[in-house]
Amino acid sequence: MSSLQMPKVDNSIMSKKDKIALDLRGIINSKNVLSNPNELRPFETDGLTAYRQMPLLVVMPETVEEVSQILKYCNENKIKVVPRGAGTGLSGGSMPLEDCVLIAMGKFNKIIEIDYENRCVVTQPCVTNLAITHAVQNKGFYYAPDPSSQIACSIGGNVAENSGGVHSLKYGATTNNLLGIEVVLMDGTITRFGGKVMDAEGYDFLGLMTGSEGLLGVITEVTVKILKSPEVVKAALVGFPSIEDAGNCVAKIIAEGCIPAGMEIMDKALTKATNDYSKAGYPTDAEAMMIIEFDGTEHEVEAYIQKAKEIAEKNNSSSLKISKSNEERLKFWAGRKAAFPACGVLAPDYMCMDGSIPRGKLAEVLNEISRLSKKYNLPVANAFHAGDGNLHPLIMFDANDKESLRKCEEFGADILKYCVKVGGALTGEHGVGIEKRELMCEAFNDRDIQQQLTIKVALDPNSLLNPGKVYPILRKCAEEGRVHVHGGKTKFPDIPRF
Amino acid sequence: MSMEEKQNSQTSLDFNQNIFKPTSREEIVEIVKNCFKKNIPLEINGLKSKNKIGRNFQSEKTLDLSEFKGIIDYKPEELYIKVKAGTPLKEIIEELDKNNQQLAFEPNDFGFLFSGESNSGSIGGVVSCNFAGSRRFKVGSVRDHILGFQGINGKGETIKSGGTVVKNVTGYDLSKLVSGSFGTLTILTELSIKVLPKPETSKTLIIKNPHLKKALDFLGKALSSSTDPSGGVFYPDYFGKNFVLNDLTHEGGLTAIRIEGPINSVDQRLKRLSKELSLLDQELSILDNEQSNIFWSRTKNLEVFKKLESNLLRLVLPISETLLVIQKLKSYDIKYFVDWGGSLIWAVFETLNPKILSDIKDIIKKHQGYITLIKIEDDLKASADIFTIDPIKYKISEKIKRSFDPKRIFNPGKMYTGI
Repeated sequence: MSSLQMPKVDNSIMSKKDKIALDLRGIINSKNVLSNPNELRPFETDGLTAYRQMPLLVVMPETVEEVSQILKYCNENKIKVVPRGAGTGLSGGSMPLEDCVLIAMGKFNKIIEIDYENRCVVTQPCVTNLAITHAVQNKGFYYAPDPSSQIACSIGGNVAENSGGVHSLKYGATTNNLLGIEVVLMDGTITRFGGKVMDAEGYDFLGLMTGSEGLLGVITEVTVKILKSPEVVKAALVGFPSIEDAGNCVAKIIAEGCIPAGMEIMDKALTKATNDYSKAGYPTDAEAMMIIEFDGTEHEVEAYIQKAKEIAEKNNSSSLKISKSNEERLKFWAGRKAAFPACGVLAPDYMCMDGSIPRGKLAEVLNEISRLSKKYNLPVANAFHAGDGNLHPLIMFDANDKESLRKCEEFGADILKYCVKVGGALTGEHGVGIEKRELMCEAFNDRDIQQQLTIKVALDPNSLLNPGKVYPILRKCAEEGRVHVHGGKTKFPDIPRF
Repeated sequence: MSMEEKQNSQTSLDFNQNIFKPTSREEIVEIVKNCFKKNIPLEINGLKSKNKIGRNFQSEKTLDLSEFKGIIDYKPEELYIKVKAGTPLKEIIEELDKNNQQLAFEPNDFGFLFSGESNSGSIGGVVSCNFAGSRRFKVGSVRDHILGFQGINGKGETIKSGGTVVKNVTGYDLSKLVSGSFGTLTILTELSIKVLPKPETSKTLIIKNPHLKKALDFLGKALSSSTDPSGGVFYPDYFGKNFVLNDLTHEGGLTAIRIEGPINSVDQRLKRLSKELSLLDQELSILDNEQSNIFWSRTKNLEVFKKLESNLLRLVLPISETLLVIQKLKSYDIKYFVDWGGSLIWAVFETLNPKILSDIKDIIKKHQGYITLIKIEDDLKASADIFTIDPIKYKISEKIKRSFDPKRIFNPGKMYTGI
C-alpha cells in the first residue's frame, strides 16, 4: 500500500477479535461470520486494487434485522464497520480497515417485486445493475443508469456512489432514477426513505443517502423506476482530426438543443487500444473519436442523427459512420465498454480517474493531461462522457514499482485539481472514497466540509461507519481529536490544508 | 471567524428593525450571526408566493430576500444558470426564453390559488418547496435540476455544495437535502440550476372522458408506452369545462396527454398513441403548440383553483392506488384533478375538521402515499399537522436540522413542531 493514511487502529478491538467473532456468531448464522485469513482475503480490496487491507472480520447477513443487530452491536462496542456490495467501486469506498467488521451484502441478491403498473422494481441491494434490466426487458422495460461495470456492480453500490454511465446525459444518474430505499443506521435503526411515490415529503434523505458512500447507513432494499425501452436506437461513429474539433462538436450539438442518449469521446491512444482489443471498426487514424447515440421514435432519431451529422461536418469530422443495425450499434459500443481491459493489455496496471468539467473546457483539459503525461513520464488514455463533461483518463503504471504508483497518484491528483480549477468537480460518478479524499479541500473550504461532517456526526456520533473515507483524515483529527497524524505523512503533502 | 468574514461583517445594519431586506450576502451573514447570538428566530421569505404553505410559527424578525436578486452567470451552452436566491422565477424564465431554453421541471405557480393572480415566486422559494409540475414523471423534480448551491447555515457560516457541472458526486449531495426543506436548514443565497433546450414543438392529445377509471387507464397505458409523453392529467367535468381553447372541440371531463420533441416525431408518436390507446371511437382533440402550452401552463398554475375559498390538499400516491383512494375520498364531497400521469391528486375539500383530516391521512398512509395541506382554514391550521412524519424520521430530521441550524432560528416549526 502507498502512503495512504487511515484512521488509527484500535488495538483494544484487535485484541478482542475472537470475542467479537463469537458475539457476532450469536447474532447471525455462524457460518456467515468469516474470521480466518484465507476467508478474508477476497475482501481485502475493491475496484481500486492498488490499495489492499485485510479486515478484522467479515459478516454476511441475510436479513435486515441481522444488519440492524450487527450495527447495533458494533455501535455499542465502538467497532468500525465497512459496508460492501459487489466490490467493484473505483475509489476504494469499500476498502476494509484493519480493525473493522466488513459487512458483505452479497446474500441480499434477490429481486423482491416487479411492479409494471407503477413502473418500478423493488430489489435487494446486491442484485446487479444489469439483472434489473434483464428482469424486465421481456416486457420492453429497462433500468436507465448503466455504469460500465453494470454486469457486476450491485444496485446498492450504485446508490451508495450515485453511479452514472454512458446514458446519464439523457436519463440522469442513480439519484434521478431512484424512488426509495430501506436503510439501517449505525445505531441499528431501520427506516425507509421514499417508496413507490415520487418526492416523498420532508427532508430529502433519499437524496442525502444517494452518493454518501456508505458513511451514513447500510442500504438493505432499493426501489428504482424502470422506463419503456425506446423504439429505435442509433449510433454514429465520428472521427475528428483534433481533440479541439471533437470538443467543439460536442458543445455545438448540446447548444443546438439535441440531447443525445449518450455522447462519448476517446482519444487516439484509447481508440487504437480498444479497436485492437475488440475489433470495433474504429477510425484509428483520427485524433479523437466520438460515439453519439440517439434513441426515441424512428422520425425523432433520424432527425437528430441528421442534425448531428451536419454539426460534425461543420466541425471538420474526418469520418462518419451511422449504425445500420442494432448489432452494428452494439459493436460501436463494444470497444468503448472494453476500455479497461484494453488498457490492461497496454500496461501492468492502470488507474482510472473521474473528473468532471464544463463541456467547453474539454480541449484545454486534455491538452493539460497530455502535458502532465510527459511530465510524469506515464502514458495515459482518455475516455470521456463528453455530453455531461465527465472525464475518465486511464493512467498506466506498474503497481509493483512503488515509485511508479507514487507518480501515478500525483499525476491523477494534478488532473483532478485542474478539473476543479476550470470549474469542474473531483469526481463525476466514481465517488471520493480513499482515492480523492485528500483532494476534498481543493473543492471545498473548511466550513463546507465541517457542515458535511456535522451531518455525519448527527447520524453516526462515534464515526464508526466507513471512517477514513471521503473526508480528509487531517480534518477529522483536527475536529475529533482521535487520530494523531504528523504533518506531511499524508498522500498529497503539497495541497492546501485547513 | 476567517479574515474574509471579519471584513465582511462591517455593514451598517440596524438591528432594531423587524424586517430585514438585505441586498448582499455579507448583510445576510451579519443578520444571521446576530440572531444566532441572541437566539432570535427568523421567518425567511422570498416573494411570499408560497409562504402560506406550512405551519404557523412565531418569529421575532423577518428576513425578506426579495432584494437579494440577480442572474450571476448564465451559460446556455453548458446548460446551467447561476442566480441569487431572491431572483423572481419570471425573470429567469424570460432570460432562458432568449436562448430557447427552459427549466424543465415547470414549477407550480401558487399565486392564482392564494391571491387570484400569477406569482411564481422567487427561485429560492421554488427550490425550498420542491413542487414540480406536470413533467415530473419524465424529467424529475425541482431537486433533480439543482446542480449546486451556496447558503448560510444557522450559525451564519457560508456553506456550499455541488457546483455547476451535471456529473458531481463530491461529498454529500446537500442540494437534494435543502430542496423541499422549506427554509428550515439554510438560507439559500446562490443556486446553480440545470437548464434544458425547449422542445421543438409540444402537442396535446385530449380525450373527452368524464370517468376517472378510464382516464387512469389511458394515462397508465400512455406512460408505459414508447411514445414518451411529458404530461398526463385528468380533469373531471366540473374543471374540464374551464378549458375553452380553439382546438378543443368538446366540453367537460378530459384526459390530456402531452407529447414533445421534433415535429415529425411528435406527429408520429401521437398517431401511435391513439392506436395504442384504442381511441377510434373516442371524441378527440389535438392541441397545437401554442394552445398546448396554454393548457399546461394553466395546469401548472393551478388556475382551476383561482381564489379558492375552501381547503386544498395535495396527495401523492403510487399510480396503482389513485382510483381506490379517490373512491374512498368521494364521501367527503371533494373536487379534484389528477396530474403526474395519475400519481398526483389536487383535491378541494369543502369541509375539513380534525376528524376528517385524520381519516384522510389514514387512507393515504394505507395506500403508501403522502399528503400535504396546501391551503386550510386558519382554525384548523393552528392544530393540524401540515406535513406528516413518523417518529423515526422525526428523530433523524431533528438531528439534521440541528446540524445546520443548532439554535433553531430558521423558520422554526414551519415543517414540524420542534424542528
